[in-house]
Parts: sequence; structure tokens; C-alpha cells
Amino acid sequence: MSLMGYEVEVQRDGGLATEEMTLNMGPQHPSTHGVLRFIVKADGEVMRTAIPDVGYLHRSIEKIAEKVGYHGFMPYTDRVDYVSAMQCNQGWAMVCERLAGIEVPRRGEFCRVIACELGRIASHLLSVGTMVQDIGAYTPFLHALREREKINDLLEELCGARLTFNYMRIGGVAWDLPAGYAEKVTAFLDQFEPLIDEYNDLISYNKIYVQRLANVGVVSKAEAINYNLVGPNLRATGFHYDVRRDEPYSVYAELEFDVPVGSGEMGTLGDCFDRYMVRIKEMRECCKMVRQCLKLMPPGPVLAKVPRRLKPPVGDAYVRVEGSRGDMGWYLVSDGSEFPYRVKIRTGSFAAMSIVDKVSRGLMIADLIALIASFDVVAPEVDR
Amino acid sequence: MQEFVDGLIANGRFAGMPAEQVYALMMFLFGGLVVFGFIMPVAGITSWLERRVWARIQSRVGPNRVGPQGFLQWLADGIKNLLKEDIIPDAADRPLFAFAPYLVVWGFVATFVVIPFSSYLIIADLNVGILYLTAVTALVVVGVLMAGWSSNNKWSLIGGIRSAAQIISYEIPAGLAILPVVLLTGTLSMQGIVRAQGWAPWDWFIFHNPFTFVTAFMFYVAALAEGNRTPFDLPEAESELVAGFCTEYSGMRYLLFFLAEWGNLYVIGAVVTTLFLGGWQIPPVTDNVVLLQVLQFGAFFLKAYFWVFIAMWVRATLPRVRVDQLMSLCWKYLVPIGFLNLVGTAVWMVIWPQGNRGVQYLMVLLTALILGQFFRRVRFHLRRARPELYYSPVI
Repeated sequence: MSLMGYEVEVQRDGGLATEEMTLNMGPQHPSTHGVLRFIVKADGEVMRTAIPDVGYLHRSIEKIAEKVGYHGFMPYTDRVDYVSAMQCNQGWAMVCERLAGIEVPRRGEFCRVIACELGRIASHLLSVGTMVQDIGAYTPFLHALREREKINDLLEELCGARLTFNYMRIGGVAWDLPAGYAEKVTAFLDQFEPLIDEYNDLISYNKIYVQRLANVGVVSKAEAINYNLVGPNLRATGFHYDVRRDEPYSVYAELEFDVPVGSGEMGTLGDCFDRYMVRIKEMRECCKMVRQCLKLMPPGPVLAKVPRRLKPPVGDAYVRVEGSRGDMGWYLVSDGSEFPYRVKIRTGSFAAMSIVDKVSRGLMIADLIALIASFDVVAPEVDR
Repeated sequence: MQEFVDGLIANGRFAGMPAEQVYALMMFLFGGLVVFGFIMPVAGITSWLERRVWARIQSRVGPNRVGPQGFLQWLADGIKNLLKEDIIPDAADRPLFAFAPYLVVWGFVATFVVIPFSSYLIIADLNVGILYLTAVTALVVVGVLMAGWSSNNKWSLIGGIRSAAQIISYEIPAGLAILPVVLLTGTLSMQGIVRAQGWAPWDWFIFHNPFTFVTAFMFYVAALAEGNRTPFDLPEAESELVAGFCTEYSGMRYLLFFLAEWGNLYVIGAVVTTLFLGGWQIPPVTDNVVLLQVLQFGAFFLKAYFWVFIAMWVRATLPRVRVDQLMSLCWKYLVPIGFLNLVGTAVWMVIWPQGNRGVQYLMVLLTALILGQFFRRVRFHLRRARPELYYSPVI
């Protein structure tokens, strides 16, 4: 049939022929949180598939480790997950300490945990803030970043950097807490904890917001385990697992904290709203932990004596730390020389990317944004 | 307007010119005056005000460099965008791409023809005023769809299609919301609608009966959706569609879309004010014609900006709905409610042809109570707010 000179294919039932549209979301898309790419096959607004295309941020960090040595690799670990670099620092320090058999001074461990938990609050604030912004509300994002800014100030005072901290060293931390730091942190926590309720009032239980997230992108417990989800994404499915509690490292065994899990309060268990809510609840637990650490902290040195040319014995070690995006695995093989033989980093965001395709089928394009945001994917952590 | 020009001709100011030419000349002059002297500044100032209100809500400062309190920011933005390169992508459909923003602005500027700013200040008191208004706002769809299609970009296309679907759908509840007022007044003329109301709140159509009360808010919601405002800003949802239908635009063409958006905000407020809030009606305080016009204009302006402010507040607070939720809100809720309101108003008019004063007073009282409670809550929160958390700019 010809319609104004254009050939139009007509189906038997009289409708126009349609075809799937291939959309290229990213790598320069505003809501893919960095350089991520999704190849979306969409039928109108409904997605058939969304295939993640990773690798745009690959910087060969693992290979760099083989060239710069044990101490020299510490600044590079900041770049593995730059949104919460402290846990990456800790992972590398711990795996080296385990292989070389170095004992960290007790005060150093507390410094690490304080820094990590503050970093986790900052990371979760950014996560929930950008998630809310992706859904379309701009105000909560700025309110969240205002608080994150204060944490950045605190961490800057601690180690001189606001994003890539390079605070920890193999055998402890670089600097002790500055004078009056405990009071400053306590003052921040005192004013921050009520603000979590304010965020809930402002956006979490907003009807439109709940409608956008509830029952969207449901991941069941079995699926989460099969696809290797970790951290808040795993806990949102109702699975009670946290490295800090189940395989305690550092001084987490001495701290009292809950592990918030998804409850399916607004829809199905394991939907986007649960993933969002787990992070909100986790911020409270982080505050609790920091307070306890400040109380329990003994005086003493923060850095053990570690040889400048560290040569761990031949062997390998694997440690797990609970990063902001979940169980972060650090695998290190040493051949007894000054340089690591092989380093492998296992990150939560990469695992989360694998399930996007499965979960996103049949969702709308707008839901894909909510889904990516709820998995809290940080692009550099995907590729390393 | 016509009387004024007729007067000039009668005084012999345009000796030797045919009357049609004088009319045409005056139309151009007056049109230009209105567009550049009023519409552009209103749209611009609304943009500045929106950014300041947003900033206040988000505990930041907002634009405060250009002029006092950043008041001239809109002028600076306009000049900057005029001077920027106007990029047209190679693969774009050039004529359509270049023309689309003008169509959008056209659709928005044309609405000002029938907006009654005061008892005299109206460009043309058409006898089909409100119908004309719904018709010309639909021009915006064509412009947006053209922009989305001609950009040759899939995100733009989705934005354009979304916009078309959204605006056309929400025309229906908006039209249904106008009908009860037309029933009450028996006229489509904007001045006629305003004159049918009084200066007192209980004479406004919003408080005429419970059905018109609901209708007013329904119209406002539908108008927000037509104006692509949050929570219905799907066509340009920056986190989903990059920038929607204006992804490929730059410079002044890009700004024209936003000029239309911010100007539309004022139009929404003006239309709600005209239909439901008594328009320019003020108490008979003075016999001085000029002063009366100024006061009427002021009253209209403030009432319209009240709704603009609400839209800003909503935009700063609410997230965006999804496209299926948007459609279900329109077709499953607003359209049936619109019909219900229409029938309800008709029945009300049959029972109380002159309106029910008691109900009107009661509704004003109830609204005042709700507003009072609201401000009490806001004051409570303001008192409780930790001052160190908030910057305190003037507005």
C-alpha cells in the first residue's frame, strides 16, 4: 500500500507492521552512572532485552599491581571503586597482611573501621541520592549530597583526600585520627541520624516513588545466589548474609550491629524498593558502628613495622571485605618477589551487571533506569 | 483594542491610509510589544524564579550573580544562548528541525491572545476564547513531534512520541475540566467567564460547588501534564531520554523550547485563575480607570503566579511517573472524574440555578481551615529546622 508516496507494509489484520527498536543506552547516557553501555531492544516503551556491554572503563588495574609492587599498589585500589575507596584500601591491605603474616595494631584496625563505615555512609548516600534523581526527583539528591559533603570533609581531615583516599597502609593506616576527631564525627552522626528519617519523609514513602519502584525488577533469593549478587543487592532479597557478621574481619566481631534485609514492605520481596530501603537502613547501622568504634578505641600505634621492600612468602591468599557494593574478594598470588605474581579483584557491581539482562525483560525503559540505580552499579568497579 | 485604533483613525492620525492597513500595522506593533515586552520577560523571570525557589527548597543558593539576587540571570542566559552556535546534525531533517521550535513557541505565544489580564487588557476577547486556547496549545504537540522526528535520534523520537501521546491524552481531561465552567457561564469568552465570577472567594467558580472544586485541581493536573511539567515531564526526562525531544538542539533553538515551557507555566496559572479563581476581579475600591486596571492586572498576576509557584514546588518535590502510570492516571481516573464533575455540575445547576450560597461559604471556610493547618505545619517544620543546615538567601 502506498501512503503519500511511502510504501507501507500492511499486515493481514490491518495494522501497520512494527519492528523492535535497538536503542543504545550509553556509554554517554546520564543515568548509567559512569561509562556503562546497555544495548536495549525495545518494542515501544517495553524492553525485550537489555544487554550490558562492559569494558569501557577497563584500566588493567590488576595488571598494574604486578608492576608496582605491594606498597605502590595502594593508591590504585582507590580507583577500583572510587565511590567508597576505603573498603578497597582495606581489602588490599588485608590480603597483603594475610600473606605476609603482619599483625595490625588494634588502634589501626579501629581507624580502618571508622574510615570504612564513614565511607559506606557516603557511598550509600550517593547511591540513594542518584537513585532518587534517576526516578526524577531532584531535591532529595541534593539533600543527600549535602551530607555526603560533610563526610568528605571529615575524611579529608583524616587523610587529606576527598575521593581517592589512599589512607590505609599494609600493616595499619597512614595517620592516626587528628585531634578532636571523635567529637567532630559524633557531632556529625548526631545531626545525620535524624536526617535519615527526613529522607524517608521526603521521598522514600512518596506514593509516586513507591509506585515506580515496588514490584519492579524482582530478584528472588535463588536467582540472587545463582547470579552471584552480593551485598545490599543480595540482602534485599531477604538473604541474611553480611561478610562483616558472618566472616568477621578486622574488629567487626566486637561490634554490635544488625544486618538489614529486604522485607518486601511495599511490594514483592527483592524489588527495587527493597534494594533502596536496605541501603537506607544500612546507613543507620553504619552510624551505630562508628559510634561503638569511637568508644572502644584503645590508644597505641596505628601502623605496624612493615619492611619497605615487602616480600611475602610464596603462596596465595584470598580475603573478603564487605564493600559498599557487597562482598569484595581480593585474591593475591605471590612468587616471593617484590611484586605480586597475580592479583584478582572480585567486585559486586560486575555480578550485578550479569543479572540485568534477565531481570529487565518485559520492563519499561524507565524501569531499566530504576533497576540499574537500585543495583548501585559503579562503572569503574565493573571493569577495574 | 479595536476601539482604541478606531479612535486614532477618527482623530486623523493615519490620514491617507486605508483602515485595513492601519489595523494590520497596529496588530504587528502590538503583537511585538506584547511578545517582547511581556511574554519573553514573564517566561524569563519565571525561569529565574523557578531556579531560586528550587534552590531554596534544595538548601542551596541558586543564581545570585547577575543583577540583584540574580534577577537578570534570565537575560544573561538568553544572550548567551543567542550567541551560541546553532548546530543542526547532518542526518537531521533540516527544514523540520529548524522550524520545530518556532511552532512550539507559536503555540504558546498564541495563547496570550485570549488571556484577560484586566477588564480592558485583553488582546482579543474572542467569543470562542477558551476553545481557541485549547486549540492553539495543541500546536505545541506538532512542534514537539517534529522536533523528535527530525532530530533523527532514537531518544528524541521516543521523547516526541511520548509527548504527543501525553499531550493529546491530557487534552481530554483538560477539556472536560473546562466544560463545567462553560455550563455555569454559558459562554466561551474569557472575559465572560471572569465577569460571571465575583471578587470574593465565594463567588469564584472553584468554590461554586464541590464538583467545580475537584475540577479546578483536575484541570491544573491535566495542564501540568500538557505543559510537560514534573511529575509528568516524561518527554524530556533527562535521566531516561537524555533530554528527550530537544537532545539534538543547541543555542537559541534549545532555549525556545524552554521559553515555551516556562511561559506555559504562566499560561497554566493564568487559565486556572481565569476559569476558577475569579480572574482579575477585585473589590470596587476606586473609580480611577487606570488605577483600577493596574490593580486588576496585579490581582490577576499574583493569582496566576500562585499556581506557578505551586508548580515549582511540585517539581522540586515529586519524582516522575512512568509512562503507563501516566496514561492510567489520565484514562482511568481523570477522564471518569471529569465526566462525573460535568454531570454533577449540571445536576447542581438544575437543583440550585443561582448556586447555593451556604455551600459556597462552607467551602471557602473549609479551604481556609485546610490552608491554615498547612501553614501551621510548615511553620512548625521551619521552626524545627536546624538553621545551620540551610542557607538563607532573600527568597
